[in-house]
Amino acid sequence: MAHFPKPAEGSWTEHYPGLGTAPVSYKDSYDPDYWQQEIDTIFKKEWLCVGRVERLGRGGSYFTREFPWAKRSIVVVKDRDGTVRAFYNVCRHRGNKLVWDDYPNEETSGVCRQFSCKYHGWRYDLDGSLTFIQQEEEFFDVDKDALGLVPVACDVWEGFIFVNLDPEPQQTLAEALAPLSEGLAGYPFGEMTQTYEVRSEVDSNWKLFIDAFVEFYHAPVLHQRQATAEESQKLASIGFEGLHYQLFSPHSMVSSWGGMSPPKDPRMVKPIENLLRSGLFGPWDKPAAVNDNQDLPPLLNPSKHRAWGIDSFLVWPNFMILFWETGWYLTYSYWPLGPSKHLFESTLNFAPPENASQRAAQEFAFSTFKEYAFQDANTLEATQTMIESEVVDTFMLNDQEILCRHHHAAVREQVKAGGRPTSYPWMPAPASANGE
Amino acid sequence: MSDTATLPAGFADLAPFADWALDTWRERYEKRLASSMDEMQAFYDAMMPRLTEILEHCDSLDLYDLPDDARNLLLMSFSLCEASFPVEAWRQPRVPDSGSADLEMVREPPL
Repeated sequence: MAHFPKPAEGSWTEHYPGLGTAPVSYKDSYDPDYWQQEIDTIFKKEWLCVGRVERLGRGGSYFTREFPWAKRSIVVVKDRDGTVRAFYNVCRHRGNKLVWDDYPNEETSGVCRQFSCKYHGWRYDLDGSLTFIQQEEEFFDVDKDALGLVPVACDVWEGFIFVNLDPEPQQTLAEALAPLSEGLAGYPFGEMTQTYEVRSEVDSNWKLFIDAFVEFYHAPVLHQRQATAEESQKLASIGFEGLHYQLFSPHSMVSSWGGMSPPKDPRMVKPIENLLRSGLFGPWDKPAAVNDNQDLPPLLNPSKHRAWGIDSFLVWPNFMILFWETGWYLTYSYWPLGPSKHLFESTLNFAPPENASQRAAQEFAFSTFKEYAFQDANTLEATQTMIESEVVDTFMLNDQEILCRHHHAAVREQVKAGGRPTSYPWMPAPASANGE
Repeated sequence: MSDTATLPAGFADLAPFADWALDTWRERYEKRLASSMDEMQAFYDAMMPRLTEILEHCDSLDLYDLPDDARNLLLMSFSLCEASFPVEAWRQPRVPDSGSADLEMVREPPL
């Protein structure tokens, strides 16, 4: 029985006719040819989030990102005037990797006045222009102006830095993120600079971890022992229902309740949670940055439910932002490393703590998050190996898993179109393409 | 940090557990994995009744300029976060069914 209202069609899934309700093939999550098509039509054509502007302090701050799936490495750098730019990390002389420390394949970061190649000393300004050639007179027909670092399209939305490997991106960043670019603007991301960042190589296709994080149907079961016995029994018998689902194809979101921060009854949570006033939903006491900023961006808490706890947005194709009612946000990134392997990255972002109690509450939120992530990640490897066995060829997706169904379908449409499609068969005509 | 980590006056009873005053999440997590359930239960039983006082003591100081002894206490409370899961939920040091899963901490807030 539904505890929260569903659309008039009777289900979230059927609200988008054309999405279908049939069992789904997961061959798209292990087939090597399909994986390569995803790289070519999605990852080499879309805007991809590579981090926050806070990582780049003063002018000359830089970090590198490794994209082994594209055989590329990029340098993201802040110029003296504050402009954030990205370049391929390759010296124009003889192709040496320009920026690295100790191990050429590992990412690095730092601050510099210019980039200097370790091999023969060619130097580049922060805007990518070539400024110095060792023994320039020994070269033939040198045109330094034509020998700058090769640029990568780079833009910033609300402090998130995105790059696009397409030399001529189909869309601007704002167009590619629409309607999220406007609908989530104004959230105090820049105030939440107390950041934990973790990563892990997971032996599963990148889409399987997205599946795990765009549905909460698994939560009362997989994570049941993280709750107190009484509470977990209750959660398991009720199961999970989202407050609201919305497709902004290719983006999507799920909105969920979350009444545990603080809990109505202290017996609902574990002893240490009561002492630290924190848990999976984060510190129970809201930071001033959110208290003072009660006007949430329009796309948050779409059902305006008073039990609202979290909104989880999939920012196409491989980035997620989770907004917690308690006033912090999580990000997930999923980087394909092969048909059955991906790099998972996550950040937890809080307002800087004012005292030790706030600091400890954040530390406990991180600790709790990590316990859940371990359970999620290992389950994926168990799933990956079994779908690859092809014993079963189609799988059941319920209405609370609409975003899993949608993400695989949106990937399929883009692979078919060879780039971002102009329309999706399950979405209304573009004039009202806001998902309603 | 080491067995000789100093603690503020009034917290001498926690001295036997001062080896849980570890600087990084990685060290705290690895100490958890390397500890027996008896060791973690003893640490948990010693820390939980004092946790509120620990936080009150540290809250009376500037978080961004903590003296070493208070910092040690706060780091021990971070270790308690780690140890609480085996004690309160799992009855074993590792997350059940987590196999070889691991996380690399790329950046964490300094203390």
